[in-house]
Amino acid sequence: MAVQTTRKLTMAKAIAEAIAQEMERDPRVFVMGEDIGVYGGIFSATDGLLEKFGPERVIDTPISETGFIGAALGAAAEGMRPIAEIMFIDFAGVCLDQIYNHIAKNTYFSAGNVNVPLVLMAAAGGGYNDAGQHSQCLWGLFAHLPGLKVVVPSTPYDAKGLMISAIRDNNPVLYIFHKGLMGLGWMTLIKDTTGPVPEEPYTIPLGKADVKREGTDVTVVSVAMGVYHALEAARELEKEGIQVEVLDLRTLVPLDREAIINSVKKTHRLLVVDEDYLSYGMTGEVAATVAEHALEYLDAPIKRLAVPDVPIPFSRPLEQFVLPDAPKIVAAVKELLNS
Amino acid sequence: MNVPKSTLVQMYRDMVTIRVYEETMAQVYLEGKQPVFNIAAGPVPGEMHLAAGQEPVAVGVCAHLRKDDAVVGTHRPHHFAIAKGVDLKKMTAEIFGKVTGLGRGKGGHMHLFDPEVHFSCSGIVGACIPQAAGMALAFKMRKEPRVAVAFFGEGAANQGAFHEGLNLAALWKLPVVFVVEDNGYAISVPKHKSTAIATNADRAAAYGIPGVYVGENDALAVYEAAGEAIARARRGEGPTLIEVKTYRYFGHFQGDPEVYRPKDEVARLREDDPIQKLKNHMLQSGLFTEAEIAGLEAEAKQRVEEAFAFARASAYPDPSEALMHVFVD
Ligand SMILES: Cc1ncc(C[n+]2csc(CCOP(=O)(O)OP(=O)(O)O)c2C)c(N)n1
Ligand SMILES: [Mg+2]
Repeated sequence: MAVQTTRKLTMAKAIAEAIAQEMERDPRVFVMGEDIGVYGGIFSATDGLLEKFGPERVIDTPISETGFIGAALGAAAEGMRPIAEIMFIDFAGVCLDQIYNHIAKNTYFSAGNVNVPLVLMAAAGGGYNDAGQHSQCLWGLFAHLPGLKVVVPSTPYDAKGLMISAIRDNNPVLYIFHKGLMGLGWMTLIKDTTGPVPEEPYTIPLGKADVKREGTDVTVVSVAMGVYHALEAARELEKEGIQVEVLDLRTLVPLDREAIINSVKKTHRLLVVDEDYLSYGMTGEVAATVAEHALEYLDAPIKRLAVPDVPIPFSRPLEQFVLPDAPKIVAAVKELLNS
Repeated sequence: MNVPKSTLVQMYRDMVTIRVYEETMAQVYLEGKQPVFNIAAGPVPGEMHLAAGQEPVAVGVCAHLRKDDAVVGTHRPHHFAIAKGVDLKKMTAEIFGKVTGLGRGKGGHMHLFDPEVHFSCSGIVGACIPQAAGMALAFKMRKEPRVAVAFFGEGAANQGAFHEGLNLAALWKLPVVFVVEDNGYAISVPKHKSTAIATNADRAAAYGIPGVYVGENDALAVYEAAGEAIARARRGEGPTLIEVKTYRYFGHFQGDPEVYRPKDEVARLREDDPIQKLKNHMLQSGLFTEAEIAGLEAEAKQRVEEAFAFARASAYPDPSEALMHVFVD
């Protein structure tokens, strides 16, 4: 990872900058969604865009997700490159048909003759007591559906490079950011709210995982907030001489299976951490990849840490109980090493 | 219009209860969030949508409802819940995330369920509309003289669920009333930037049902319009769409910088306060003395205080309760 800058941005600013630079470069790129104009997006991912590009290219929509997500498909099919924000990924339920029966399938049905070059951008994640209709991650659900690329950044640097790649990609990309990583003044779930982000546009290929920390004793695979927690856990465990490798998948589709396998071949132990639901999800997919391709390298059974198949509860002690965090990762790693 | 004294009492008491409740909640919500606002901090974390100013819609409609009539509300649900008679202590405990709450702390402020009085709500905009139609379908299938009401904002009227729900209800002649609260905004987006026509009530014509526009934020005006709609539904003559012009005194949610509206807008709106309006009417009617009205106000304040005290004194659920109630046995 070649970060050559001292300039630091929040993830929200990094995303808005990526979109602005692509809008300057390519007149086909435009943004629409609820409260993305004057308000700059509820999570500030479109902050400043209205002032720069005006209401023709930064369009506040009515609360009509089926309408404007379907319209994003239409505009993309006819040569535009829309970015449509679904405020919370939870609200995708309202327009799921447009997403999984159309946006994700038209390319295939047309044998590649129809392109759907759009970005669906949405916020995910909990930890601030917003309950089960506003705190889900759901990236596993969308990664399960063939035909959508799924991006889940964990740092401001990755967020910018992945957004530019997503916009330039000729396929539909679901770009999900974790609210708690955005560096918002009013939602302080993490300590390091900014990270280095070069000013010039750059891309990060979709489908390339990133080793966020090298280690030899155990591999922790995660995305988004899980990476942040894993790094915190790794620093804790280092004090006890345990070297944790933290692998950030960055995109669930395409999935960098090779990076997972290579890391496990090195460490021989695997913990998969996800803020999404446990069953039928990302943790299962990563575990299956290792079971299929690197089982003989494992010194211990694979462990998974994810939301235990319950909706995200409102009450603080209940929510904290179901969400992965650094202490839970520390405990899981120790169990792995002792088994 | 002749409104019985007991109804005026109920409406006034509920309006004051709602107002005091929301103003109290606004204060309590800030506990632990100052000087730095952190949404996850304090005794009431998470999002908070308050309905001060919007009391007339809730009380004017609910004054006609019986305990076994159903109400489905929105992400901004406290005023509907209070007017429908939801247990105030259990509701407040739920909003605090306590084990004594309506949902033992699992749902919180946007997910209040009180089957005792057939109240529910949702954080998903527009979700309530077909749901209320379905409740009305259940009443109709069993030939029960019950009515369902869906309350929602003017922003929600642009969801597909609005159009689908109204068509179903009209087609099947369901005993349901759809009530749009036009508070002028959907978060930051003013109505004229989201809605192709000026008045949602006009959309009723597309489904061949009555559409009524109440152009003032006035409990008695709402009471009158709702009375006809609910009586019509109970007679088996089908749904009505009512839209009420109302005001939102607070931000969309607490902590909203409100950059999308003029700084003095709320002060101007408050001059036309619906509680004062009803109070004036009650005094002029000669049915009430000042002291009686003050008594209703004191009663409301005490109920709210007791509800908050109950919530504060209650315990949090044991963390392991998170794993319960995904299914029933
Ligand atoms: C399906 C869906 N889309 C978007 C949102 C985000 N959201 C919550 S409230 C709201 C505005 C609702 O406006 P309105 O219906 O007028 O009700 P009000 O808030 O004014 O009471 C929006 C966009 C949501 N909760 N659900
Ligand atoms: Mg509104």
